[in-house]
Parts: sequence; C-alpha cells; structure tokens
Amino acid sequence: MIDFGFTPFAAGVTDLDKANLSLAKQITEHEPSFNLCISCGSCSATCTAGQFTKFSFRVMCHQIRKGNTTLAIEEASKCMLCGKCTLICPRNVNTRNIIRLVRKAQTTTP
Amino acid sequence: MSYYHHFVIPFTAGLLFLVIVVAAKWIIWIKGLNNQQKRQVKGNIFTKKSLLATWEVLAESLFHRKVFKKNFLLGYMHMSLALGWFLLIAMGNLETRIFTHGQLNPPYVPIFFEFFEHDLSTLRYKEIFTFVMDFLLLFVLSGVALAYFKRATSKPLGMKQATKHAFVDKLALTSLWLIFPLRLAAESVTAGLYGTGGFFTRWLGEAIAPLPAIDMLYYPLWWAYSLSLGLFFISVPFTRYMHIPTETLLIFLRKYGIKETEKHTSYTQVELNACSRCGICIDSCQLSSELGISSSQSTYFLKSLRDKKATDYLTETCMLCGRCDYSCPVGIENSTIRLNQRRESPATGTSFGYVPAIEASKGKIAFFAGCMGQLTPSVTRATLALFDAADVEYTHIDKDATICCGRPLQVNGEENAARELAQKNKQLIEGTGAEALVTTCPICARIFAESYELSIPVYHHTQFLYQLAASGQLKLAPSNNLITYHDPCELGRGLGVYDEPRELLKFAGNLVEVKSSKTNSLCCGGSLAITSINQQQRNQMARKTLQSIGANDVDFVATACPLCKKTFTAASDENAILDISEILVKAFANTKQSSKPEQKQTAKETSTVN
Ligand code: SF4
Ligand code: SF4
Ligand code: SF4
Ligand code: SF4
Repeated sequence: MIDFGFTPFAAGVTDLDKANLSLAKQITEHEPSFNLCISCGSCSATCTAGQFTKFSFRVMCHQIRKGNTTLAIEEASKCMLCGKCTLICPRNVNTRNIIRLVRKAQTTTP
Repeated sequence: MSYYHHFVIPFTAGLLFLVIVVAAKWIIWIKGLNNQQKRQVKGNIFTKKSLLATWEVLAESLFHRKVFKKNFLLGYMHMSLALGWFLLIAMGNLETRIFTHGQLNPPYVPIFFEFFEHDLSTLRYKEIFTFVMDFLLLFVLSGVALAYFKRATSKPLGMKQATKHAFVDKLALTSLWLIFPLRLAAESVTAGLYGTGGFFTRWLGEAIAPLPAIDMLYYPLWWAYSLSLGLFFISVPFTRYMHIPTETLLIFLRKYGIKETEKHTSYTQVELNACSRCGICIDSCQLSSELGISSSQSTYFLKSLRDKKATDYLTETCMLCGRCDYSCPVGIENSTIRLNQRRESPATGTSFGYVPAIEASKGKIAFFAGCMGQLTPSVTRATLALFDAADVEYTHIDKDATICCGRPLQVNGEENAARELAQKNKQLIEGTGAEALVTTCPICARIFAESYELSIPVYHHTQFLYQLAASGQLKLAPSNNLITYHDPCELGRGLGVYDEPRELLKFAGNLVEVKSSKTNSLCCGGSLAITSINQQQRNQMARKTLQSIGANDVDFVATACPLCKKTFTAASDENAILDISEILVKAFANTKQSSKPEQKQTAKETSTVN
C-alpha cells in the first residue's frame, strides 16, 4: 500500500528520553530566562555575527534543548558578545549569559 | 644606664618579626616588578617625586586625608589611631633621648619608659612631656572608642556595610584594641603606686590607688601591654593590617609612575596588600546598593586574590564601572585588577574565521557607530547631520556590515578574541586613509584608544563636535531647555572625558549639574562587563540612576553613550533621554529660526582619547 501523508524526517527527530540534556539543565539553573525564549528570531535578525555566517542564537538554543551539545558549543564560539540581541529580545532573555555558559561548558563537558 | 625586664620580650620579638617580614616582602615585590617598572623606579627615586611621595605618605597614612573627605568621624578615627600612635612613639623617643642624654636606647625603652623610670625630676621640660604623653594617649583612646562604636554600628561613620572579617583579622583587631586601654591601665597603676604620669594617668592612678591589691596588678598589666603589642605585630603580615606598611610602598611606586598593566605584576601584589578592607568600596557599588549583591565587591575580590582563591563568582560579578576605583581611599585600581583576573582564564576559544575583510570608502574622517549605534540609528543620523552642517568630509565605515569593536569580549576576559576583531577593524580603519577616527560609542572609543594602537587620533563624537562648535564651524543656537548630563562609565571614568560633553551642551541649553557626576557618576545598569544580572535588575538600576540625576526636573537627560540611552529608555517611559548629538541637532535647527547672536566660546586645547 502506498503510504500517503506526512512522516517525520528521521534526522530531525530527537528522542528527549535519550538525549543528553545536561547542558540545558545547567543553563536553566544558572540562567532561568533561557526558558522564556519564544523563538521569535529577533536576536538572530539583529546579530552582528549573523551578518557574515550562518549563526543564530535562536537555533543554538534549539540545539541545547535537543541535547546537541557539540553543535551548540560550536555555534557559541562565533558570538562577539556585542550585546545587540540582549537589547532586542522581547522576552528579556539574558542571551550573553547563555552564550557564556555554553562557552564555559566547553571546558567542563566531555 | 640600662633598662631591661623580661616582659619586654613579647613586644621586642614581635617588632623584630614584623620588621623582617615587611622588609622581605618589600624586597620580593620590588624585585618582582617587570623591567619597565624597575626602570621607572630607578629613574625617579632620586627626584622630587620621592619627596612628594613622602608628603603623601604623611597625608594619607597619618592624617588619612581621603578618609576625612569621605566622613569626618571615620577620618578622625583613623587619624587619631595612626597619628596619635606615631606621635606617642616619636615623643616617647624624644623624651627618653633627652632623659638619657642622647643615649641610643633599645626600641622597647621609650614604650615602657613609665615602668623603667619613676623619677623624672631630672628630665628637662618634664611638665610638657608628661602632659603631652597623656594627651596623646587620650587622643588615641578616643579613636579606639570610636572603633568600638563603629563595630557596634557603622552608620554614623557614613558606612552602610562594614566588611566581614576572618578570624585572624578579629584576633589582630582585638589585640590592637587592647593595646591602648592596657597602656592606660599600666601607666595609671604605676602612677598610683609611684607618683609618675601626667595629668590624666596620675589622676586615674590616685583614684584607683586605694582599691585593694592594686599593686598586684602592676607586673601583670605591663606584661599584658607588651603581649598585646607583640601579638598585634606578629599578626600584621597575616591580616589586613599589612596594608599599613604596604600602603607606604604603594604610594612611592605610584609616584614613580607605575600603574597596572594588562597583566598581574608584583605591583598588583602591592595593591592587593595595600587594601585596608575598610569596605568603603561596598557602599559605592550599585550592585550592592541597588540589587543587594553585597558579596562580590572589591574588598572581597582583592582579599580572595591575595589568598589565591579568586572564584569565578568574584571575578565576574562586577560591572567594571570603576566607581570603587575612585571611592577607594587607597586608590587601588580595582576594576583593572578584576579585568586582568578575567584575562587570566578566558571562557574559551572563539572562532572568527568567518569574518571577511571589510572595506569602506575613503574619507578624511572615519566615522564608526558600532553595534550599539546600529540599535540607536537616531544618534548616528543626528551626528552625521551635524557633520554635514559643519561640512565635515567623512566616511561612515560601518554603514553596511561591520563587526564588533571587541570591547565586550575584552571586558569579559577574552583578550585574544578581542584582538582578532581589533585586527580586522584596524585594517578597515587604516584602509580609509582617514586623518581621525570618530565614534559615537564610548565602549568602542575605549578599546580604539587603549588597545588598537592606531596611528591616527581617536575622538569620541562629543570631543569632535565640541571642536567644531567652539571653532564656529558648527553653528548652534541655545534654547531655554534644562538639560542634565549623565556621564557614561567608559567615557568618564574610563577615558577621562568629562568637560567636552558639558561644554557642548552649553551650546544647546541650560546645563544642570547633578550631585553624582564625573568620577562619582552612577552606572546606567547596561554594563556589558557583567552577564549574570538580568534585564529586570538592569532596569531597576537604571530607574534609580535616572531618579538620582533628577531626570524629572529637567527637559532632557543627555547622555553620550548609545548603550546608556538604550538602557535608560527601556527603564523609563516618562523621561526624554537623548544623546548629545540629538540635542545639538535641535540647537542647529534653532539657528535657522532665531537671529540670536551666536555664542562665543574659545576653543580649548584639542583633546583625543588616545
Ligand atoms: S529574541 Fe529572545 S525570545 Fe526571540 S528568539 Fe531570541 S532569545 Fe528567543
Ligand atoms: S551578542 Fe553574540 S549573538 Fe548577540 S547579537 Fe552580538 S554577536 Fe550576535
Ligand atoms: S578596595 Fe579600597 S575601598 Fe575597598 S576595602 Fe580596600 S581599601 Fe577600602
Ligand atoms: S567596578 Fe563597579 S560594579 Fe565592580 S565592584 Fe566596583 S563599583 Fe561595583
């Protein structure tokens, strides 16, 4: 039988029961505003680094939530800490602190 | 004649120990200076600067001039202890010298002279000496009494928070507080028994003489006095009292022109040890006064660094606003030391390989708005409109795409990452062939001036516009508006630019000076040097700052930093917060309407920030 309809794209699926969410936990603990993000993308739109490369704070937050720690760390290394995103964010997410927490995790997570 | 009794041993041993340790530390610190600093010492030691330093040592270490400025009672407390004790020793020495006809006595003799010599009838000026010695003792005791009082409640001495001290500090404190009451007791008992002493000890001695068994206290009191002295001296190198000998060295080194560099040096050690832990920095810190974060201020940070225990929390919980640098009576470069500590362990590597080489068109003046400028386009527009009005030939080098200046990375300790961005920007700036660089952002101006090593002068736009206005190239007509000016941290305390913005505002309206201004100005709360406080806390601080500059009593609050403007605007709906350039645009528009005679002002020496 031909299977019509939609199926999830396997590579995009995260099994949250198996994912390593330690970074997400760590960040939530130190910077609770992480959970206020509504993924509006304003931060990415204003981002200084984002003018030159495919870097997005919003996407990085998704990587963290999905447990893709390595990807998140790689992303965070591109940020210039300029602070535009913090001023723009409609939800008052403390973006620079999150970036710094991810960067610090690089030395603590395997 | 030789004087000796076993009870002098604790005092003498303590003193010897202290002298040896302090001398050893001084030698280690001076030897540890880097070559440049050593050259500064060698080049200046035999000049007038040493005399000036000596004078400053007297003014600060004995008279405590700066503490007096902060609060009279606090100054008096420090002065009575330091100056009073010093004079007691000096007068005691003079007294014994004269009595023994110029004989050189061991150091304990003048200290315990009342014990050794009961018959002073052969002493010249006896009345004067005994009077002065008693008077000085009372002077010191008044300070000790104030110190007791301060421990009980620090408010009347102008301090909301007193530093919390460690056990050995308390031990030292106790012995220090006991020294003078014990001296009074020992001398009074002696006076009661042998008729020695001056107006006060004699009176007290005679009053207590009839008490039973008072003579049994004679030796124990002299022993106790000597022990308290010895204990205090031995504790000095391990406690905050080390600041007393260290501050002297610090004053000399500073007079020779030595400053903090971008790395800790042994000069930093001198600064760390010169902190008296007085806690004045706690009250000047807005993290404490506005947000109740009272455990990370400089006094705690310096102590932890001195003990090699600086934690991330202490290193990072600071806005680097620099307020405590200016309130510190010892003049320690607190925020620079904190920044250098951040530089020691930067978060982690960054990768900016993705940043292409950026180019801009050529022009005489390179204008850089910076990231914050991009979020405050009205400031950029106003500044460029004024450039046009004054026929400045400029190139806006970060009009389309540009990278950050690097200062936010730098203040978070990521020096190498900051340098990488600086290198790219430097190429951009030099590529324009400009004769000067102008920026509206004090944050950018600071790193341009301090770390870029540019061959052209760097101006903050207020400096540049002031030149244009003062020379008449930019025509402005003032209005009747009341304007107050908020000094941005990076521009004021950071780069020392206080006058140009004020002079400039006088071209536009009536400047109202506020109490917390210049070196004492408050931070808006937007500091990029701290990441652990959230937006609500920043707003809270911003509202307080606006309140304290009397924002409601004026027509405009002027600032000279796009980040201050953003932070204030986010925190307040009521106040009009404008960059100076925006206010000047109005003043420029006035020239078109009014026919007022233009204001004349003579241009002062052109200044840059680098
Ligand atoms: S701007 Fe704020 S809310 Fe929007 S995606 Fe970015 S962090 Fe999330
Ligand atoms: S701080 Fe980082 S993420 Fe935010 S706008 Fe600047 S470069 Fe982008
Ligand atoms: S840093 Fe300065 S103000 Fe702060 S405790 Fe030390 S000496 Fe006092
Ligand atoms: S630099 Fe500013 S924020 Fe940091 S401790 Fe000093 S007063 Fe507080």
